[in-house]
This record gives sequence, C-alpha cells and structure tokens, in this order.
Amino acid sequence: MTEAYIYDALRTPRGKGRKDGSLHEVTSLRLSALTLNAMKERNNLEGHAVEDVIWGNVTQVMEQGGCLARSAVLASDLDESIPGLAINRFCASGMEAVNLAANQVKGGAGEAYIAGGVEMMGRVAMGSDGAAIAVDPTVAMKTYFVPQGISADIIATEYGFSRADADALAVESQRRAKAAWDDNRFAKSVITVTDQNGLAILDKDEYMRPQTDMQSLGSLNPSFQMMGEQMPGFDAVALLKYPHLEKINHIHHAGNSSGIVDGAAAVLIGNKEFGEKHGLKPRARIKATAKIGTDPTIMLTGPVPVTEKILADNGMTIDDIDLFEVNEAFASVVLRFMQAFDVDSDKVNVNGGSIAMGHPLGATGAMIIGTLLDELERQDKQTGLATLCIASGMGAATIIERM
Amino acid sequence: MAEFTLTKDADGVALITWDVPGKTMNVMSITGLAELSDCIDDALADDAVKGIVITSGKDGSFAGGMDLNLLAKMKEDAGDNPAQGLFDGTMQMHGLLRKIELAGMDRKTKKGGKPIAAALPGTAAGIGLELPLATHRIFVSDNPKAKYGLPEILVGIFPGAGGTTRLVRKLGAIGASPFLLEGKMVDAKKAKGAGIVDEIAADPVAAARDWVLNAKDADLVKPWDAKGYKMPGGAPYHPAGFMNFVGASAMVHGKTKGAFPSPKALLSAVYEGALVDFDNALKIEARWFTHVLMNPSSGAMIRSLFLNKEALEKGAVRPKDVPDQRVKKLGVLGAGMMGAGIALVSAQAGMQVVLIDRDQEAADRGKAYTETYLDKGIKRGKVSADKKDAMLGLINATPDLEQLKDCDLIIEAVFEDPAVKAEMTKKVEAIIPEDCIFASNTSTLPITGLAEASVRPEQFIGIHFFSPVEKMFLVEIIKGKETGPRAVAKALDYVRQIRKTPIVVNDARFFYCNRCIIPYGNEATRMVTEGVAPALIDHAAQQLGFPVGPIQLGDETSIDLATKIMRATKAAMGNAYPASEADDLIVWMEDKGRLGRKSKAGYFDYDEKGKRLGYWKGIHDKYPLADEQPDLIEVQERLMFAQVLEAVRALEEGVLEDIREGDVGAVLAWGFAPWSGGPFAWLDIIGAEYAAARCDELTAKFGDRFACPALLRDMAEKGETFYERFDPEAKAA
Repeated sequence: MTEAYIYDALRTPRGKGRKDGSLHEVTSLRLSALTLNAMKERNNLEGHAVEDVIWGNVTQVMEQGGCLARSAVLASDLDESIPGLAINRFCASGMEAVNLAANQVKGGAGEAYIAGGVEMMGRVAMGSDGAAIAVDPTVAMKTYFVPQGISADIIATEYGFSRADADALAVESQRRAKAAWDDNRFAKSVITVTDQNGLAILDKDEYMRPQTDMQSLGSLNPSFQMMGEQMPGFDAVALLKYPHLEKINHIHHAGNSSGIVDGAAAVLIGNKEFGEKHGLKPRARIKATAKIGTDPTIMLTGPVPVTEKILADNGMTIDDIDLFEVNEAFASVVLRFMQAFDVDSDKVNVNGGSIAMGHPLGATGAMIIGTLLDELERQDKQTGLATLCIASGMGAATIIERM
Repeated sequence: MAEFTLTKDADGVALITWDVPGKTMNVMSITGLAELSDCIDDALADDAVKGIVITSGKDGSFAGGMDLNLLAKMKEDAGDNPAQGLFDGTMQMHGLLRKIELAGMDRKTKKGGKPIAAALPGTAAGIGLELPLATHRIFVSDNPKAKYGLPEILVGIFPGAGGTTRLVRKLGAIGASPFLLEGKMVDAKKAKGAGIVDEIAADPVAAARDWVLNAKDADLVKPWDAKGYKMPGGAPYHPAGFMNFVGASAMVHGKTKGAFPSPKALLSAVYEGALVDFDNALKIEARWFTHVLMNPSSGAMIRSLFLNKEALEKGAVRPKDVPDQRVKKLGVLGAGMMGAGIALVSAQAGMQVVLIDRDQEAADRGKAYTETYLDKGIKRGKVSADKKDAMLGLINATPDLEQLKDCDLIIEAVFEDPAVKAEMTKKVEAIIPEDCIFASNTSTLPITGLAEASVRPEQFIGIHFFSPVEKMFLVEIIKGKETGPRAVAKALDYVRQIRKTPIVVNDARFFYCNRCIIPYGNEATRMVTEGVAPALIDHAAQQLGFPVGPIQLGDETSIDLATKIMRATKAAMGNAYPASEADDLIVWMEDKGRLGRKSKAGYFDYDEKGKRLGYWKGIHDKYPLADEQPDLIEVQERLMFAQVLEAVRALEEGVLEDIREGDVGAVLAWGFAPWSGGPFAWLDIIGAEYAAARCDELTAKFGDRFACPALLRDMAEKGETFYERFDPEAKAA
C-alpha cells in the first residue's frame, strides 16, 4: 500500500482567547490563510500541488462558518484549483484532518494534502454554534448529557484522582512548556503571525503562566461545582449514569484545565512521489490512525480505548511507543491515560500541553502531531502516539514513525 | 344540547355555557367537544353575533379537566392502531381550539375575526384552562378559593390540548415550567401575576361581554400569530434560551431520576415546538402527547393515582348498607408523635379531639405539635390567627380518661406493647359509649390479638397511619377476624373526613404496607453485607422513582426500629424465621449506637445539626466493598421483586382483597415507583411471564425469598395480567 508521509508541520503561536489576546484582532480567515501561505512558501507548493486542504474547526458559525477551508484557500496564495474541506470532530478536528488526509493518500486519492485547523476562541465563542446533544431532551437525556468539566470531574471521581494530583500535573505542564520555549524546542514549527504589512503580531505562546505553583493553584475555586451541585444540577444527571458513585468530586478549575486560546496549525502530507517531485524529504510516516466512540457522559476517556484499538489493529503494544502526546483538555484525562497504560510521565507531553499553552479546539490535533514529531527528532526516538479526548464521547489517535 | 348551550342576546353577544348535567364540576367529554364545536360554528356564522363569551354554569368553577376515561376510550376506539386514534383525536381538539383562537379572521390580514373571551367563575384545571388559553381574553372571578393551572403532569401525562405550546409561548420556557413541570395550581391573583389569565372581575361574564363588544381586530391576534414574535426568555438556540434549555433537561432529568416518561416528553414538545411556527408546534405537541399516552406508564398512573385513588376515597370498598358514620368527637390515646399528628389532622377536619396522655404535661406536648404546625403556616401566610385559635380550641389535651365519655371514635396510639395496649383498651372501653368504635394505630401488632382485650371485638379495628401523619396521604385500615362492617364504615368515613386515601386489608403480620416495606429494606441491607456500594443501592431505588433510597430510609426510620421488628418477628415465627446476614448488620449497627438520623450516626455520617454528610465508610470495615459492583438492573430487580412478591402473596393470602388497594396503597404509603402505578401494575407492565422467569433466576442466584408465587406462575402460564384477572370493575358490576 502507498505510504503517507509528513513533509512539514507548522503552527501559529497561541494567543490568549480574549480581548487582550494578541491574536484577537486577527480574523479566522486571515490566520488560516497565513498558515497556508507559510506552508506554501516553506515547501514551494506551486499550482495544484496538493489535492485538497482539509481544515478542522469546531465552531463553524459566523466568520468560521460557510466552509472556512475553501475561503481560506481562496484568501491565501494557494492555487484556486485546490478546493477545501471543513471538518468537525470537536477537539480532534485537526487530528482528524491529518488522519483523513493520510488515509486519502494511502488509498491513492491524490499525492498530497494540507491538513490542519484553526480556532479563534476569543472571536467565535465555544458553543455558539448550538448543539442538539446539550439541548434536545431526546438526546440530552438519552446520553445523560453533562458539560465537559463535569465529565472531567467524573473521571477524577471514578478513577480516584485528587485535586493535588491534577494540580501537580498542571504545574508540571507549565514547567515543561517554559523549559521547551527556553530551549527553543518549538522553533521548527512555530511561525510568526504578521499583519497585512508584514508587521509581527505574535511569535510566542502567550497563555503560559510559568510562575504557577501548587500554592497559586490551591487558591482557585473548582469551576464546575456550582453547575454540578446547584444550578442546574448536572451531578444528579452524572450519578444516574454512575450510580455506584456517592457524589462527584469537583477538582478541576481554570488552572488545571486547558486554556482558551486562538491558533492554527497545518501538516503537509504526501506520498513518496510527491516528495520526489518537489524535492522534499519525508520526516515521518503516518503509521496508523484510529477513532472510536465511548460513553458520552464521562465523555473524555476516549484516549484509552482509542489507543487500545490503534495498538491492537496494528499488532503493537504500549511499549512500542517512545513518546506520547495526550491532549491536556483537563488534567484528569492525562492522569487517566497514564494510569490505564502505566506509562511514565517522562514520556507524556514532554514539552507541556494545553493546560500551559492553551487548546485552540480545531487546531490542537494537528499541533500536537507536529510537537510530537519535533520531539521525536530532538530525542532521536522512533515512534510516537498522539491522542485526544473528544466531546460527546469520542477518541482519536495517530501513530507516527520517523524515517 | 346538554353539556354546552348557546344563547344570543340583543347586543350581539353569544354566550356559550358549559354545564355538564349531574356533575358538580365540568369535565370535558367527546360529546362536550362536539357540542362546543357546534356552538362556535353557529356563533361565528351568525352575522348578528358580534362577540362570544364562554363560561360555566357551575358555581365557583369553570372545569376540572378532561374526563380521563376519554383518553382510554380514544385509544380503544382506534382498534389496532391506537397511536393513530390518539393522534387524530388530539389533532381534532387542536383544530377546535385553533378555530376559537383564529375566530374566523382572515389569516393574512388578521382582520374580521369575532372576539371570544372566557369568563371563569372559578377553578379551571387541565383542559378547563387550555380552552380559555385559546380564547382572546380570560376573565376570572375574584373567588379566593379558585385555583388555576395545568396539573396533568401529576397523573403521568402533560397538557396536550395546546396548553403546553400556548403557555410556553406566553410565558417562556422558564416562566411556564412551574405550571407545566410541577402542575402548580395558583389563585386568581397569582394567575394574573404570572400572565396566565388577563383580568379579575367581580362579575367575569359582564366584564367579558363588555370586552368582546369593544375589542378591536388587533386585540384578537395572539403574539405568536403576529409578525416578529419572539419567545420570552429566548428560544433554544438564542444565547439566553440555550442555557435555559440545557438547564431544563438536566434539572428535569436529575430531579425525576429519569424514572418518569411524561416530563421527558413534555420537554421535547417544548423544545421541538419552540423551533417552529405555532401550528407545527401543536402538531409536535400532539405527537409527544400521543407518545406519552402510548406508554403503559401513563395509563397505569392515571388508573392508580387518579381513577382508583378517587374511587377508594369515595368509598369503593365501604360496606354499602351502613349509614353515615362521620366522626363528631375523636379520642386519641397517646400524645406522642403519632397521636399528636392524628389530633392535628382531625382538628384540621373540624373534629373535636380529646388528646390523652399519662399526665397533663405530656398531653400538652402533643397539642403543642399542632400549635407549632399552625405557627409555621401563619409565618408562610397560609393560616390565619383565627383559624389557629379555632383549631386549638378543638383539641382538649388531658390525662383524664373520663373526658372520653362522649367520643364516637377512639384511636389508640400508645406504646407498641400488647400488654400496655390491652390495659388501655379495657380502661377506655369502660368509659366510652357502647357504640363507640375503638381503633388501634399499631403498625406491627396483629389486630385480632389486640381485639382480645376488647369486650366489643366487632367494634375493634386497625387504623394505621404513616409518619408524619400530616404529610402522608394513605391510611391503612385493618379488619381483625371479628371486626364488623360498622367499624369498617366508621374508619372509612373518618379517613374521608380527614381527606386521606384509605385502603382496607385483612389482618396478618405487618398487614399490607409494612409487609412489603420490610423485605425491601432487608434486601437493601443484605446487599450491603454482600459488598454492594450503599450509593448504588439508594441510587438504584431512586432511579425506579422511589423518593429516597432504602439505605437512607433505614436511617430515617431508625435502625433500632429495624432490630425491634426483626426480634419480634423472630420470636413470633420461631424456627420458620429466615435469618440472614442483614440481621447481623443491623444488630452490629445498633451495638455501635448508630441508630440512624436520630442519633446523628447510622448508615450515614451527620453533622451536629443532623445534616447528612455522606455514607459512613466504617461499614466497610465489617463489610468490604466488592471490587466488582453488580449491574444497576440487578440491584433494581432485587429491590422491586422483594416488594412486589410480598404484594402478590398478600393477595394470594387474602390480606388484600382488591388489587386497586395494593397499587394505590404502595404508591401513597411508601412511594413505590409511582410511574408504574403500583406493584400489580408494574407486574402487568413487565408481564407475568417475564416476572416468573426472573423469579426463577433470582431464586437460583439469591435464594428462596424470590420463589415465584403460585398465582404469578399461573398467570404467566395463562398469559394473564392482574387487571384482567382481578378486574375491579367487573367485580363491582
């Protein structure tokens, strides 16, 4: 079968997803086009160089609506013969874009793709696209719908993670992110966001709080306790699905959950011929992809079964993986992953994660694949696995292998 | 024309009067709907008619709602496609109400319609309010006793004649929710404040007449029929509305534990209806209404919580030939918690009460219970000071037995000791009139045995109240071997006076209710000894619709009560007593002084104020949590079968004479899964065949207490249901 290779991976820095964030003035379209242009320039993608642009994005309304992928292609310097596909698998949209592209290449549907995603969370509010699962009683009740923060707290309760466990993971994420930046480890991937005059707007992740320690986190109130225990009382719904639990232990807060940020990322995927034609050297092959549906109430445990699946499907074991990227949507998601597979934290999110740097929903999946590849190269390791938990109870994973 | 009549006057006002013959309050029937439709057609077609007023011929009320038998009939009449019959019938109703709402106006210009107002002399519930909601203006009388609302949810359905759709569009989802989801009924002032009715008038018909004669075209257009209508509080995908609707699903789901079908269907009708225009919303409402009616739960709830409850309250099982036995003066022996509560509810019903205890102080304490209760009522504005004085004046608290000399009913509520009770019986019988009925409020001692102390055992009976008396709706009446019909009639007439629901059972250990409750509690504690998480047990019961789980109930009723009952049963049964690990658990708890809420330590830990903190983890020192927790369904079936098999045995043994009493009693006395309509209705829903098969499986796994009773086995083989085999109406006929 044809192999799918990663030729390049890049991302924008992550801006705080609010009015005082550096990227707040930038449109979703401009950030997308700028990312595509960087990819074009770095790899000389003239004409119909790629078959399609697959662009992940979660909140596809307003400026992110109307198939942003196609608008972004047209706004960029890419050739208009390249179409554009907007996709949404919530937090794994960026990863799903990469996986789709890889599998298209493997199946012979074109030589190359740009896959990635964008989310301007400060400009287009999360949830502003509505969601039947939250609001339509037929499905909300059937799935025992609770918001993600409650789900993260169910994980903590069910699998026995304390507030201290979660806070320690958050402190470590911050420490690692700072160390990575100090050591210039993201240099290969991060592009500078510039304005229409070429003036720099942002060249570094700005959400990080490297001064974070256990004490500073200790002063934060749990974010989901009120909606869980009082109005409207999501804990009661959670306990219907998890009746053996006495109550939900609310351990998550702003400091040990992923940050709301703006950002975009892209990965260039192609077959062998594509590389030869453009004089590009493959950095890694996409060995395997997987996705799975899981219990929508606890919602965020997907990384475990999807990892089990991707390993089993490919005759691998957890020991075959050198490094992991497990999206830090909430601390308990990563804690559960490490607990389930008994993997050492040294191998997981080596350069920090979404708790420290933020989680631009539609882009993160593509971002962490790039981060994983950079780190495999830095440590000269072979095989990496990236995975994300996904809203409504899903999981996605990608295994990459260096050349 | 019988139920609706139309008269026209010289001013051009057509008055449609609803007056169902032979009823104190109007209820809507098929005939009624047809007649109302004819009246409307007539008035709309008549050029001389300028406006229409719809009112009631009943004093103090407009209508009580739908004849709930009508829904069953709509279903029956549709033959093998009942859903179609229900949907078509509901849509017809919508058609009629929509005809009233649009009143002949041009649908484009919204002009040329005839003003239609509702003039309500008083209470309007269910379709009694849904009909007025379809008119252009609602006038209600200033009658302070009248109540307005849509209580359908309380009997397992929801307002299905446009009430759901109209009220949500009028008040918004949040504003409408107490009325739709809780079935809240309010007085005229509050109804006007909430925006359910438009005006309060001393003479609502006159005010309505006035209004229809002066109304303009624009006054006839409902907000939802006008251009640019926006739902108050926001529709589901409006930013504010979104949060409301997310919250509504969660709140309803959490509060009802997912056990009841009708709130779910109601919410879906609201949500889906809010996303479309009014006429499509009505169609959606009709589809969900049909869905609820097709669910066996709604039929079972209507049957038990409405039809049969009412039948029992009206004396369905009262001995026919005994004259009126209403109580004039009641003697209550023992002013403890039960006696005090009995005195309270009896005084509330206007009875004179002699409240006896060993000394004045103890008797006064019992009376103070009523005073405290009334003071709370005054604080909440529910009771007047005059009412308090009058009620306290009815209670004569005294240690003097002589005061009982002109009582016509005695209820004994002294210590649960046969010797103490026997002594009281003898002492009091020597004083009271010969025709006075003597009742015991025992919850555990057989009536036949207690009656041995009586010189008039045919006048001796059990009247078993549940605690707290003023809050519990059921009273269990127990016939001893020699209890005569007048005693039964007396007890029933008394229960009717205090406005509670009676069931009448024959004498046997624990009668009916406790006979079912005790094994239920035992099954729960047995599971604890097996290592099942107490939270799982309580949640399992709550998800079946029980208001509290059995472990928590154990703390509420106290653990020493459980050990006391256990020891008494053991003593009475001797070798036949089925000992279990559950007994060891409660004895161990008792030894540790963990007696439940009253000792601020039991299955739960409590703070100093008695607030539950969480399950007591120490229990797992003796009974460690199992690594593998059982399936929720298995826990639920153990809890359910522990109760319903006792109910079946009670029927087999003749303790229960009527399955209606078994079902109504279970729901009212201990909150048995109300959505099911009761133990027998539940067995009918799951089917005797399935039930018998589950009995066999549970017996194999857990023991003989789940052995299938012969009656249930027989029904399984014949494919029968309880309501077929023991059809109460056929029996009555």
